[in-house]
Amino acid sequence: MSAVDIVPAPAMVPTVRRGYGEGARAVAPMALAIAAFGLSFGVLARSAGLSPWAAVAMSATTFAGSAQFAAISVLAAGGSAVVAVGAGALLNARYAVIGLSAAPALRGPAWLRFLLAQLVVDESWAVAQTSEGVPDRERLIGAAFVLYVSHVGSTAVGAFGLGLLTNPKALGLDAAFPALFLALLRPYLLHRRTLTVAVAGAVLALGLTPVAPPGVPILAAAGAVLIGVSRP
Amino acid sequence: MIGLGLATVAIKAVGPVLLGGRQLPPQVLAPVRLLAPALLAALVVTQAFGSGRDLALDARAAGLAAAVAALLLRAPILVIIASAAVATALVRMFA
Repeated sequence: MSAVDIVPAPAMVPTVRRGYGEGARAVAPMALAIAAFGLSFGVLARSAGLSPWAAVAMSATTFAGSAQFAAISVLAAGGSAVVAVGAGALLNARYAVIGLSAAPALRGPAWLRFLLAQLVVDESWAVAQTSEGVPDRERLIGAAFVLYVSHVGSTAVGAFGLGLLTNPKALGLDAAFPALFLALLRPYLLHRRTLTVAVAGAVLALGLTPVAPPGVPILAAAGAVLIGVSRP
Repeated sequence: MIGLGLATVAIKAVGPVLLGGRQLPPQVLAPVRLLAPALLAALVVTQAFGSGRDLALDARAAGLAAAVAALLLRAPILVIIASAAVATALVRMFA
């Protein structure tokens, strides 16, 4: 059984509507949760000793909440900047794989591809998935625009002390993230091959969480695709 | 912390800069298509049960259960997300 055999696979994802507006609409429910975490990141970064501008610059360049919280918590606990950067970079290592999956959708000259690549985050990549297995370019850009404004804007509000000190966890907003990814996983649970890969990915990630540094379990879950490729 | 920004920018750029816009050959496309279910499932479980280097069964599990229920009732995505947040907030309030 070679990999080529499964290329004309049945549509794994229902047809999605394309376009910038559709992407923005699809990710809009998450903008509130992202903003709540951006706000608290801004506040936490200040208490960890960063200047407000440094906090905003971090959100603008890293654009990945979990890695930023990880780096800040290392700093706040007295860890070195090298360890903080290492922890955050490891959490973001999955973007090397996610970027590979998004690459066919990101056409244009190298400088444009470089910029578009920065728009690929878990949520924008997930809502842009199509039945062809390649994210839709316009949905990805539309979704990323909403997420970026929400993430960087709310960090600024928190870092400059303009917002109330909020605790997103009291509102249950941390549970919004697994719920979003579950909802986007739904179409894949209907076919045996993709269901097998999803279960294997979940088992790998859970099994590695206690033994590997944060971030590595998600990256390693990419290995679950080998099960799907080798099986009929 | 600018180091983390630079590292992330570089990590994200690798794939799209090297082969952006190109159609992937079939042998590569097949596993790449399967990345979505693998990574989405990993994100679900790590964000629902992960707590640093530990696994935790806390209020987020109630949120995930509510999301599963909403999913089975074929609720729209906004309702799935909202039920997870509300269930988790309620458990935290009363637990």
